[in-house]
Amino acid sequence: MPLLNLTLKVWRQENATSEGRIETYEAKEIPTSASFLEMIDIVNERLIKDGQQEPIHFDHDCREGICGMCSMTINGVPHSKERGITTCQLHMRKFSDGETIWIEPFRANAFPVIKDLVTDRSSFDRIIGAGGYISVRTGSAPDAHAIQIPKPDADAAFDAAACIGCGACVAACKNASAMLFVSAKASHLNHLPQGQAEKDQRVLGMVGQMDEEGFGNCTNQYECEAVCPKEISTDHIAKLNRDYLAASARDSVS
Amino acid sequence: MSASSCSLCTFAKSSIGRKIIVALTGLALVLFLAGHLSGNLLIFAGEEAFNDYAHFLHTFLHGAGVWIARIGLLFCFVTHIVFTVLLTKENKSTRAKYAKDTTVQASKSSRLMIWSGLTILAFVVFHLLHFTVRTDAELAALGEISPWEMVIVAFQNPLVVIFYVIAMTCLCSHLGHGVASIFQTLGLRTKKTAGPIQFLSKAYATVIYIGFISIPLAILLFGFGR
Amino acid sequence: MSLDSKVPTGPLADKWTSHKMDSKLINPANKRKFKIIVVGSGLAGGSAAATLSELGYQVDCFCYQDSPRRAHSIAAQGGINAAKNYQNDGDSVHRLFYDTIKGGDFRSREANVHRLAEVSTEIIDQCVAQGVPFAREYGGLLDNRSFGGAQVKRTFYARGQTGQQLLIGCYQALEKEISKGGVTMHPRTEMLDLVVVDGEAKGIVVRNLVTGEVTSHAADAVILATGGYGNVFYLSTNAMGCNVMASFRAHKRGAYMANPCYTQIHPTCIPVSGDYQSKLTLMSESLRNDGRIWVPKSKEDAAAIREGKKTALDIPEDERDYYLERKYPSFGNLCPRDIASRAAKECCDEGRGVATSGLGVFLDFKDAIARDGEDAIRARYGNLFQMYEKISGDNPYASPMQIYPAVHYTMGGLWVDYNLMSNLPGLHVLGEANFSDHGANRLGASALMQGLADGYFVIPSTIAVYLAKQTAGSVTTDHPEFKKVENTVKDRLKSLMEIKGNKSVDSFHRELGLLVWDKCGMARDKEGLQEALKRIPEIRNEFWTNVRIPGSANGLNVELEKAGRVADFIDFAEVLCHDALDREESCGGHFRSEHQFTDADTEVQDGTTQAGEAKRHDDQYQYVAAWEHTEPGTPPILHKEELVYEEVQPSIRSYK
Repeated sequence: MPLLNLTLKVWRQENATSEGRIETYEAKEIPTSASFLEMIDIVNERLIKDGQQEPIHFDHDCREGICGMCSMTINGVPHSKERGITTCQLHMRKFSDGETIWIEPFRANAFPVIKDLVTDRSSFDRIIGAGGYISVRTGSAPDAHAIQIPKPDADAAFDAAACIGCGACVAACKNASAMLFVSAKASHLNHLPQGQAEKDQRVLGMVGQMDEEGFGNCTNQYECEAVCPKEISTDHIAKLNRDYLAASARDSVS
Repeated sequence: MSASSCSLCTFAKSSIGRKIIVALTGLALVLFLAGHLSGNLLIFAGEEAFNDYAHFLHTFLHGAGVWIARIGLLFCFVTHIVFTVLLTKENKSTRAKYAKDTTVQASKSSRLMIWSGLTILAFVVFHLLHFTVRTDAELAALGEISPWEMVIVAFQNPLVVIFYVIAMTCLCSHLGHGVASIFQTLGLRTKKTAGPIQFLSKAYATVIYIGFISIPLAILLFGFGR
Repeated sequence: MSLDSKVPTGPLADKWTSHKMDSKLINPANKRKFKIIVVGSGLAGGSAAATLSELGYQVDCFCYQDSPRRAHSIAAQGGINAAKNYQNDGDSVHRLFYDTIKGGDFRSREANVHRLAEVSTEIIDQCVAQGVPFAREYGGLLDNRSFGGAQVKRTFYARGQTGQQLLIGCYQALEKEISKGGVTMHPRTEMLDLVVVDGEAKGIVVRNLVTGEVTSHAADAVILATGGYGNVFYLSTNAMGCNVMASFRAHKRGAYMANPCYTQIHPTCIPVSGDYQSKLTLMSESLRNDGRIWVPKSKEDAAAIREGKKTALDIPEDERDYYLERKYPSFGNLCPRDIASRAAKECCDEGRGVATSGLGVFLDFKDAIARDGEDAIRARYGNLFQMYEKISGDNPYASPMQIYPAVHYTMGGLWVDYNLMSNLPGLHVLGEANFSDHGANRLGASALMQGLADGYFVIPSTIAVYLAKQTAGSVTTDHPEFKKVENTVKDRLKSLMEIKGNKSVDSFHRELGLLVWDKCGMARDKEGLQEALKRIPEIRNEFWTNVRIPGSANGLNVELEKAGRVADFIDFAEVLCHDALDREESCGGHFRSEHQFTDADTEVQDGTTQAGEAKRHDDQYQYVAAWEHTEPGTPPILHKEELVYEEVQPSIRSYK
């Protein structure tokens, strides 16, 4: 099996309040069939053996591209320049021998660094709590077939619902805007008949919370769309803008 | 009433609300550019046509028309600038820079909006002093007799023309991203319309660019009007 | 201690309704005074936390992930079963009940399974109302597909992301309750112990994973919804963080661990590619609809493929062994998970395995592509093929996929009664963490159903049975027991940090996993299990003297987190092996090589089944094995809950 010798430039930061810095590591003899995170595992195993430094801390869990926990900016691009994947789905065969790889956390003031590459993305949870739901008390739902949903609407809702909440959109945006995330979440529910009753409240609430969390403003550069592991379209941002305008208008006259 | 004015405040403070304000004022300015250009191009129709047009502008609604337009434009212009500067300032402080900074697909023009915008602002100030307020006594005198002649004389100066072309290049870049952005921010862009909107945006920017620079270039390089 | 399952009396179909009627209620004003701790925020925990909060209880919810939305329920692909009979193909609550009992190889409790089938329909209603985007037909109605072990189409699905969509629905409900103040969420917080006051579970001790702070939380009842223990095998399809700690801590405090030997091995996963491998990726079972599974007939060809001298394409048709089609002509490639997994293992044990490790078989779409065209196959499985290509780097349209079985789900778990309460009063266990509904083998698309049934519909009713007898807020963290447990937890963390040995936590986990997989994996035997039980204490000894945990306990320290989990996996592995050793029969996910049908059996001779199939011994083992914890060195104590079948007659599962 081919092996790679790589140089890693990794962001190390003791904790949320300490200064961070880029440290250089030699990653020798990395199998090409390993995943990117397994490559870090190998480096960490060596760091532990060596005993000089703590292993590199990073978020990860399912390692199959669905939980949204892994979050590395690789050579300046969240989840790497490969399209439609999360960090954990990146494999070392995409790199070549002798390469230098820069590994940094997802950067945004709204995602403060906890340690090394681990960030706090709880702002996303608070945005959902501000309206990203349909209020339906358990047990009070009508029969699932009570409402027919045209397939195109169901599909559009699904396309938006594919969001895994990883935050790559924020990390890639020059302004650290959360518009792709917020719009996908809102769009999922706003496309469905069940979501209509709370639509205005949802849009106003989620956008309000998004602003409060300190995310930047969308400048329509679509970097978010390019790095989204689920390739969610910025069409949802247009829809959110439209829904927000309508909701604000209705809110101001009612 | 208080509730509604409050929701308007919220709107104007929100991320999307401010963007919509930028888009709407931008739209007004974009439309103004089309009108301004078509008027300007009358210069090629000859002195009389152009001067008649200038005269019409100044006498429309007994002279009030031009002021209504000026106030409207000024409002849009100032609002557009104030909000974009505010948004940009905020955007610059939303995160630490990456040690290895990379751009995936954001266009150059989209990344230079604030700089192209500020250059246009500088140009507009110059442009107004130049042709509207007419700080230059010679041009002011000419303008009283024939605005057409004033333009021809003004563009004999190569420095003026160079600045003019630079500013129009910025404008073209600004529009290239700005026009398409209006559709996105107002929620009019969809998967199907994204392509045509992008084309329209670029095409509009190009037409505006060629249209505006054609006048100084024709005068300076090809001796039009002499 | 006798195990009282508290199954209500009366006809099976009426038990749940009459139980709800007979149970005490708590009035809304009083609900507010009760505090409930929920550990875990997956489908079971998240739905329970949200629903209990809606009912008015004060809820404290804990998860080790950074957000409740990341729980591993999210990774479920296939779907969720429900007896809606929207297809009008003869489905019913009773049929779902029967299929689940039979699929579980007659080792589950009838009353629980029937209740599961009953509430399954309400789950779909609830999820649709929440906005879960299930697949729909052009008419706008919900679509269904069929899954293993069923002859009807009752599986609701959302592309290949059903788990994610259901979890997001439940997470959104949870976030709604959090923002309303009904639920206090504690993300990045791990339960390190259970606090038992006067014999009843009244709180937990947790560690804030970011600050390292150890704190106590008291409540009137504790709910564990902490998932399965598949990661005891190190490599599994579970998330990296999935662990048995919460369950095992409860077990150490007196809760019985039931049927841990029932572990499900999924046949279609991407094979291991090296010793650095950290997890295994599942490829949906649906691939077996069109893919044909084979290995080379000769060991020489297999060796040549392993060494890269030959590829699958070099093996002519008559040199291929389509072993599932050969062994199970009527079910072929679509035989159940346990059967397909064992068959793959046999081939590889014979030296006919492919993949560099020799642990792999081919899943070939050549014939399907020739028959239906590449486009049709792409339309059916495009995303799965793409996922395979991303991971393996091979193009599955051009050459066959390589697959191998991997640990996927664990049917065993903490023992619970009909109210989902363990033998330890006050401690309730939901979802994969309990043992209750799947018997010895779980059918596809039933895990999501159980998690949501437990969380949305069962526990909100049954917890009142316990709470009605309690005085709200009677125990607070001022109780000395909390300090005591807190100190135990701190001492344990301290001793882990002080070992300062030479080996990483992962290396111990890997060693344990290999051992358990080898001796207590797809096939087990007495000798192997006894050997494992000899080896495990050695691993434990070495772990507690030679593990190296860098950094400190006062802050984020992933190695420390892992160390605590692996320490419990080591102890848990012993219970697992004891259970597997005790159960001298084969059933579902538990295959004892000594107990299989042979040609000498009359059932083989009369054609009911065939040689090599799992052989149950209902006369001796028709019971739930619930293990009581003892200190290391002494085997756990077995308690039996006899399984009584009133409605269904246990029979031989045959797929010939």
